[in-house]
Amino acid sequence: MNAPTPAEKTGTVRRVPAPMAMLAELTYRCPLKCPYCSNPLEMSKRSEELSTEEWSEVLRQAARMGVLHVHFSGGEPAARRDLEQLLSVAVEAGLYTNLITSGVGLTEARMKDLSARGLDHIQLSVQGTDSQTADLIGGYRGGFDHKMKVAGWIAAEGIPLTVNAVMHRRNLDRTAETIDLAVKLGARRIEVAHTQIHGWAYVNRAALMPTREQVDRCSEIVEEARERLKGTLVIDYVPPDHHAKYPKACMGGWGRVGLNVTPSGKVLPCHAAESIPHLEFENVKDKPLAWIWADSSAFNAYRGTDWMPELCRSCDRREVDWGGCRCQAMAYAGDAAATDPACIKSPFHAKMQDMALAEAADISPAYVYRTL
Amino acid sequence: MSGEAADDTAAAPADRMPEGGVPRLLRGVRIRYDEARETHMLLAPERALRLDPVAAAVLAEVDGVRSVAQIVDHLAETYAAPRDTIATDVRKLLLDLVDKRMMEVTP
Repeated sequence: MNAPTPAEKTGTVRRVPAPMAMLAELTYRCPLKCPYCSNPLEMSKRSEELSTEEWSEVLRQAARMGVLHVHFSGGEPAARRDLEQLLSVAVEAGLYTNLITSGVGLTEARMKDLSARGLDHIQLSVQGTDSQTADLIGGYRGGFDHKMKVAGWIAAEGIPLTVNAVMHRRNLDRTAETIDLAVKLGARRIEVAHTQIHGWAYVNRAALMPTREQVDRCSEIVEEARERLKGTLVIDYVPPDHHAKYPKACMGGWGRVGLNVTPSGKVLPCHAAESIPHLEFENVKDKPLAWIWADSSAFNAYRGTDWMPELCRSCDRREVDWGGCRCQAMAYAGDAAATDPACIKSPFHAKMQDMALAEAADISPAYVYRTL
Repeated sequence: MSGEAADDTAAAPADRMPEGGVPRLLRGVRIRYDEARETHMLLAPERALRLDPVAAAVLAEVDGVRSVAQIVDHLAETYAAPRDTIATDVRKLLLDLVDKRMMEVTP
């Protein structure tokens, strides 16, 4: 590795490195109604979605500018009938293709087709380890049983599988069973991810917030399972911000590693970025993707270290966590350019933790399910 | 890698990566030359690993047909390097990929 040039050291961005990954949110439509959905509260409708041609062009542009992985996501990407066609465009462009799905909308025939077209990897969400719990959380009866079938079709095709498990108050006591389920389904990888409290999860935070004991126990189970399952299952663990000392490097840093294209073609530095009201996001219908990434005001707003408050800029961790999450700073500090309140140094850290502890101690309210 | 004294004997890696074993990248794991970054990348689920020239040279030998012994022999000859050194490096790299669920070895 070369030593950073003085310009890079002071955070002045001269040349923007290419993004590694693109999240392609093909649609916001989804049969499930998970109360922690990462989609925004205000979602664009089907009539506003990019066409097959427009998505194809985005995929080709992404590959040309150096994107390596494309993640087809949503909503439920299988709700788009042209998913197979878009997959083929991505494969031809040389992209590594990943399908992030609830499984609902997939059939055995579609799975065979996706496999034959060269799909590299699938991430299948599981909401719980039994149908009663899982279907209550997902708000879709029969969802769990269908997912189990989908996992069988994935295994039959030999497509590598990652199980995505979002953890919260109602399913955290089943962490061990969740990991066992991933092994049983033949997954190579599982993401055990504590709920990110944005968007729908912010609305449902009192119903989702775990207790400190639940979080600690979950971390122990993950540690133990990682050792025991080495060579069988890789476990990626996303710890919760509300019990953390330091923030996570959200998105690996703003405008640093990845970008997100919404169903209507808006390009965001992260899927929650629209919660920052003063930012203006460009659309792939109007501007080239490479220009949006390198030169648009939204992508440069919190890129590097120049924008940071003194608290972050003078911190040794400034290029470890890149100031953390801008949306969380917006939500708690009312300022997207503040230090992430997940950081122990933030003046809003105690407020965030106290809120979480109080919610976790209280009776869980009913879910407000996600609706389009 | 460091570990208990028992792990320092060559026995453990050799058991898991015997000379006669045939390594193969799993489906969903592939190597691609990345023109934007001018380097070889190993692409896998949620991972993109930049390969240094040594790792790229080793993985270029992995074809799902040749054994660890054949790969080591060929590299030792090509780079005129001591076979033991090459064997240790190759095993370490391949075992790391096995642990990451990117590679399998058929005995």
